[in-house]
Amino acid sequence: MSQPPWLWHRDFVIPSHTELGGAVIHQVLAELQRRQWSERDCFGIHLALDEALINAIKHGNGMDGSKSVYVGCWLSSDRLRVEVRDEGLGFDPAAVPDPTADDRLDIPNGRGIMLMRKFMSRVDFSPCGNCVVMEKCRNGC
Amino acid sequence: MPEYRHLDVSEVGDVTVVRFRDQKIIDDLNIQELGQELFRLVEGDGRTKLLLNFAAVDFLSSSALGKLITLDKKVKAADGALKLCHIRPEIYEVFAITKLNRLFEIKDDEADALAAY
Repeated sequence: MSQPPWLWHRDFVIPSHTELGGAVIHQVLAELQRRQWSERDCFGIHLALDEALINAIKHGNGMDGSKSVYVGCWLSSDRLRVEVRDEGLGFDPAAVPDPTADDRLDIPNGRGIMLMRKFMSRVDFSPCGNCVVMEKCRNGC
Repeated sequence: MPEYRHLDVSEVGDVTVVRFRDQKIIDDLNIQELGQELFRLVEGDGRTKLLLNFAAVDFLSSSALGKLITLDKKVKAADGALKLCHIRPEIYEVFAITKLNRLFEIKDDEADALAAY
């Protein structure tokens, strides 16, 4: 996918505490709302970004306060790109079981990656799995 | 009656109606507290017919879904019934994508849900 002219860009470095991800999400959503992205797009981005940050902080960095999560956000008129990288060992996203399988439906966790993929236009993990790049096209364009 | 930080709890007949106070069920600490309050309804107060009203909720994360699944297990273990209602379309889509609309009984509003007990 070629890169559009980015109108807005922010980089964040946050320690591995789940409550600190909220400030990143707040800034991204504020910018989207300022540019009048739809409520539906904002809901999906909120959900996907929250899941990506929780994955990085909890599962990637293991809530280790000495490790950081690096977030880059780029926004054009019709596309949001977000990169979330942790300092963990990574994982194989293909090995994550399908949470909608009948025998896994009542397991309390494991739905984050699925929701990221459903609500974003594109979700790619780095080969070792400690970095995810997500893109959302405005109004599902 | 115990105090709840995240819930408004009332009785309609033998059904406990639980309305969420938080507009966004997102922060990890809040979700842990919310889970404890929900579990206390069943394990502490012995309430087994629960109706969760999501009218005030406009966002929830997958961690919150996990608490609902655990609550459902506790209610079923107590031979009770858990129903959900007033879920806005974006959140219902989350239930549908994850197929949790098959696990939970979801009704449009409180009247529909109460009639189904």
